[in-house]
Amino acid sequence: MGKVLMKGNEAIGEAAIRAGCLNYFAYPITPQSEVAEYLSRRMDEVGGVFLQGESEVAVGYMIFGAAGCGARVFTTSSSPGISLMSEALSYITCAQCPAVFVNIMRGGPGLGGILPSQGDYFQATKGGGHGDYRLFVMAPASVQEAVQMVMEAFPIAEKYRNPVMILGDGLIGQMMEPVEFPEDLVVKPTNKDEWATNGIGNRSDDSPNLVKSLFLDPVQLNSHNLMLKAKYDRMRREDVRYEAYNTDGDYRALIVSYGTMSRVCRTAIDFLKEEGLEVAMIRPQTLFPFPEEAVRDAAGKAGCQVAVSIEMSMGQMVEDVERSIQGRCPVEWYGKCGGEVPTPEEIMDVVRGMLKG
Amino acid sequence: MGKTFKRPEALKDNPTHYCPGCTHGVIHRLVAEVIDELGIRGRTVGIAPVGCAVLAYNYFNVDFQEAAHGRAPAMATGIKRVRPDLMVFTYQGDGDLASIGMGEIIHAANRGEKFTTIFVNNAVYGMTGGQMAPTTMPDQRTSTSPFGRDVQAVGMPVKMAELLAALQTPAYITRQSVIKPKYINRAKKAIHKAFSYQMENRCFSFVEVVSTCPTNWGMTPLDAVEWTENTLLPYYQLGDCKTPEPREEA
Ligand SMILES: Cc1ncc(C[n+]2csc(CCOP(=O)(O)OP(=O)(O)O)c2C)c(N)n1
Ligand code: SF4
Repeated sequence: MGKVLMKGNEAIGEAAIRAGCLNYFAYPITPQSEVAEYLSRRMDEVGGVFLQGESEVAVGYMIFGAAGCGARVFTTSSSPGISLMSEALSYITCAQCPAVFVNIMRGGPGLGGILPSQGDYFQATKGGGHGDYRLFVMAPASVQEAVQMVMEAFPIAEKYRNPVMILGDGLIGQMMEPVEFPEDLVVKPTNKDEWATNGIGNRSDDSPNLVKSLFLDPVQLNSHNLMLKAKYDRMRREDVRYEAYNTDGDYRALIVSYGTMSRVCRTAIDFLKEEGLEVAMIRPQTLFPFPEEAVRDAAGKAGCQVAVSIEMSMGQMVEDVERSIQGRCPVEWYGKCGGEVPTPEEIMDVVRGMLKG
Repeated sequence: MGKTFKRPEALKDNPTHYCPGCTHGVIHRLVAEVIDELGIRGRTVGIAPVGCAVLAYNYFNVDFQEAAHGRAPAMATGIKRVRPDLMVFTYQGDGDLASIGMGEIIHAANRGEKFTTIFVNNAVYGMTGGQMAPTTMPDQRTSTSPFGRDVQAVGMPVKMAELLAALQTPAYITRQSVIKPKYINRAKKAIHKAFSYQMENRCFSFVEVVSTCPTNWGMTPLDAVEWTENTLLPYYQLGDCKTPEPREEA
């Protein structure tokens, strides 16, 4: 199939269907309500499940229930809604159910605003809900990449039996771009008979399956957490993704940026190159696991005087950048939020200023 | 003579952790008997609440999921929508269902979700040590209403069955008890009906069971039965609050 022009939110909905996920529960919130609007029609056409829940709290548990009985299932929301789903995310992660959550971020905190933002980096990568858990977090920088990440998210969620979050900003949801849905990303669901509550009678052995998160015995809870930690460590080993830009030659500064913000940075880097100032970029495609090594190596290259994390937030990813670079060069932050997006010219000024100062 | 009283197949051979005189065990047994009678053990999924029955899956011999506090109806919705062939029931206490989970139960009932809820109303929060619940009686003393429930300050106890029956969506809504054999027989029939409606894909079904918590009421099991009969049952009247229209024969 060739390319079709689609709005990000609709393309995200279609990508899930193409990936074989026919179950969707959601609650409307700007700037991602088009996913629900689109799927309310499309799920009907393909014989899937569409349900508008009464709140994001409830939707979180609809996802938990559906994932727990072995179905491929996903939801989409935006920042305040994800806060409400965070309770369920903690439970789902502990109970080891695969599911996909898409967050089309808007400005916060509080009701914030409805324009694009990257203010939920901490929430997505460091928790949000209670307890020691991690989500596998992917950050698309284009509608096409959002499509691919949604399609890949299901097998990744199943590989780790862990929720995957697609962290996009409002621009990814609202933008129209030509997209295609690569057939080769379609992966058959794993067999879940070993753990899912799909009915004893549907399995060969007669013992009940149990999906739960309660471990009253401290020794058991500790070992459950160790097992979860081993999964997060495996994510770090096997599934880190990033894109390196202009890192081949020498450069004087390194930008770390993700999502829509990284596209602006790329333009700034191209302009600076014309001026004779070489700047490189690492664009994390997975925010957890974070591309620590790539960032560290790029920042440690001879001649690199500064690394700057450029974000549509008040300095969240910069903490992971600092942690990764481990003092190999100074680390700075630049950003704006609430729907303000730094322009290429601003970024150029920022980089020039940092190299002078 | 053959064995006349045996453990239902839908129950495991585990002693329960419930206190002496607690009705949770009786209700488990009734649900298990109904599962056996309907022959649905192989396709039943229970949802455990957060409350004294959180470990219900240690006793039921069917697939189980454990919800967060109050969220069982949303989980049941998720399961039932993607797997309508499964028989799904939630088992919830009054703190779980009538307080923190009020939103989830109302909306699941109003959507007419085709699952069954067993609602165990013992007028307190059992698991956390007998705090006041939305169902606590006027003047009833609990660990957070030491002078008795002050209805001026916190309102009257919530009658869940009547509240849900007020919704326009067809449903089977009933209130039963299990404190005496005569009540147990009726409760069993009601649970049977509730699961049957689900099997026929007819409607949401809800069985409130007025129950005891002698431990947190500070009573002997016998006194708890008396108190239930004399104080709870006049307020929480037993019987069907709503039944679906009879089916039109095609
Ligand atoms: C979000 C959340 N809040 C509070 C609790 C603590 N908690 C556990 S059980 C319970 C009340 C249970 O009472 P009820 O639902 O009446 O069931 P019972 O124990 O009486 O059977 C509470 C408040 C919790 N586990 N989770
Ligand atoms: S605390 Fe109350 S509800 Fe819980 S097991 Fe004991 S008697 Fe039953």
